[in-house]
Amino acid sequence: MDFGPHLLLASLEGAVAAAILALTAIGLSIVFGVMRVVNVAHGEFYMIGAVIAWWVASIVGTHPALGFVAALVVAPLIVGMLAATADKFILQKIDYDPDRTIVATIGLLYIIQQITLMTFGPEARPVQPPFNTRLALPWFEFGENGFEMYWPWGLSITSYKLFVIFAAIAIMLALWMLMTRTKIGLIMRATQQDSDMAKAFGIPVNRVYSWVFGLGAGLAAAGAVLVVPMQQAHYLMGHDPLLLSFIVVIIGGLGSLPGTVIAAILIGMSDGIISVFFSPTLAKIIATLVVAMVLVFRPNGLMGRSN
Amino acid sequence: MKNFDLTKSTLTRRKVLKTLGAGVAAASILPRLGGIAHAATSEPIRIGFQAHRTGIGAAYGRWYSRATSAAVTRINDMGGINGREVEIITEDDGTDPKRGAEVIEKFAKQHEVDVAFGTLYSHVVYGSAPRAGELKLPYFVVSEGHHVASGKLNRYTLQPGITDVKSQVQAMAPFVADNLGKKVTMIFPDFAFGHDHRDFFTAAIEAQGGEVVESIAIPPTETSFTKYFPRIPRETEVIYHVMVGPAVLTFVKELGEFFGPNRPELFGFIDSLEAVDFASPGLEFLEGSYFWEGMARYAQADQTDIDKTYRAAVGVDNNGASISDSRDVATFSHMFGCWETLNIIKRGMETCGYQGPADRQSLIEAVEAMSDMPYSLDHPQGAKRFNGKTHQTFGHQYISQVIDGKLVVKHKTSIEDGLYEDEVDYTKQSF
Repeated sequence: MDFGPHLLLASLEGAVAAAILALTAIGLSIVFGVMRVVNVAHGEFYMIGAVIAWWVASIVGTHPALGFVAALVVAPLIVGMLAATADKFILQKIDYDPDRTIVATIGLLYIIQQITLMTFGPEARPVQPPFNTRLALPWFEFGENGFEMYWPWGLSITSYKLFVIFAAIAIMLALWMLMTRTKIGLIMRATQQDSDMAKAFGIPVNRVYSWVFGLGAGLAAAGAVLVVPMQQAHYLMGHDPLLLSFIVVIIGGLGSLPGTVIAAILIGMSDGIISVFFSPTLAKIIATLVVAMVLVFRPNGLMGRSN
Repeated sequence: MKNFDLTKSTLTRRKVLKTLGAGVAAASILPRLGGIAHAATSEPIRIGFQAHRTGIGAAYGRWYSRATSAAVTRINDMGGINGREVEIITEDDGTDPKRGAEVIEKFAKQHEVDVAFGTLYSHVVYGSAPRAGELKLPYFVVSEGHHVASGKLNRYTLQPGITDVKSQVQAMAPFVADNLGKKVTMIFPDFAFGHDHRDFFTAAIEAQGGEVVESIAIPPTETSFTKYFPRIPRETEVIYHVMVGPAVLTFVKELGEFFGPNRPELFGFIDSLEAVDFASPGLEFLEGSYFWEGMARYAQADQTDIDKTYRAAVGVDNNGASISDSRDVATFSHMFGCWETLNIIKRGMETCGYQGPADRQSLIEAVEAMSDMPYSLDHPQGAKRFNGKTHQTFGHQYISQVIDGKLVVKHKTSIEDGLYEDEVDYTKQSF
């Protein structure tokens, strides 16, 4: 494949990866920002989202679009409630002690994973995309006959992948509106800035924590519902998103939403492009190296503020 | 009063025993009871089953377990081994080489099994076999890898139930070159099993006057694949794909999306779609493409009684899915290896009159002495020829075409197609 079309294909693949990554990482970032909790089980909420999407789609099962839309509504809700329950009965009981929350969420990770293996099973299960047209893309070049358009072999994207990019942007815009334009957002930001003061002003901080934990998990689940028609629901699928989300959140600055989005685009795109032109292993090496550099030179991340 | 009763009951028991002992019929009606009663010890024969319960091989592990328990039920119904019941002790290896070696150790020291058996993924075999050799525990693998016949393992590791990749690939190459094309791009997982495919197929297709124009290795944990496909050269006539792990369906789907309507010929190893339903959305483009199968997933028009009986025993329907859940698709091209290996262990133990761990060496010698194994319910995949020197078996392979979303067998290779020169003589190694 020529360099130009090849680069375009790599960028498109990278953009899809970045969109999903941004949703997942923002969930992790919000939970840390507001609650100061490092949620190691975040990847498992993502995985459950995918599994529930499969389950809902196979129950509804009339038209793929119907099943998909139902999954997009139901999966984040169920996962959010599950996470809120976990917060109430586990994290609140250990008083959000940083060390213990890490251990507790690691425990949660294994419990969720093994329960899924025992019930859902070890197979990877597909969900049918609501629509999936292959769109061949043209490329331009200056040849002997001047400006020419041609259709390179393999240069294409599917309508569903484009939809994923736009859906992720829409969800993130909605989240931004929620955080900056509504009372819920105000309460969340107040809790983030000073939870003791918020409590003094009558904000039910514990309930806010449960909601935030649920919201973070729900965002991961939404990302998973978007991904599951492209990849399949599988009980081990939470591992990679967790790792990448941590990388993104560290680069972007823990708790900073714009930083998280920028870092997600950076990591998603570079992963797509580097792994196409060089090797996927090199892409991972570079991502890890960037984390190390950020930690050395900007310990609070690109957009993080020092305390 | 008490004494009288006892005498009476003893007499009755004696009578019953007499009647039982007199009639040969009784022994055949109750073969299991008869057999076990004659054994020197009634302790069960314990077989350690190293299973991929968790990790990326879990779908294989689930079906390996089902085939194993079906085979053991059948063996026990026929009277066990040397009159002793067979007991399976399952341990999860997590599809992880380090854990695999620990499981072998556990089998030998904690469970004190007679032999160890199981496992598919080649890196787990590589991790476990040296420990089995050190512990002098016979280790029967069902893995397909060329590691056994390559001479890299040891006298205690055998693969009598499934053909290795080198043989499969060599038997298949002439069909690819004659019917599909001579310029091949290979896509395979980046570990021992994939490298076996790369090395042996490259040699085999060159022997047929073809060439491999590009080899694309993909990390086994990869989840998205489109980014690798631009490396496929335009001159490619055939894509040879063999992927494993949970993301196989994504791989095949994205391959279809990448090419759109004008794809080159596709020749895949069924590993790319083991445990995956051919009716899954996005797989329509596979129509007309070819697959290697170890054993035909779909019951063919000329289905034999042996195939019927085997499917019923392992709980697989005519479409290769579980009888109880049509979406639970079997790893049909590999799991027969467990069934056949257990029957070979049985035959080996019977030949050498296996009594306990002291007879492990004679068991290995008994299996090494085996050669031709005819097509039967003991070997439902087809006839086999075992090579005692290389500890590797050779069997028939099947090439199937996707027609109306189902695999139809188009070509069956002969055992001779897959034979190659010995690379090792394990029988010369000391125990």
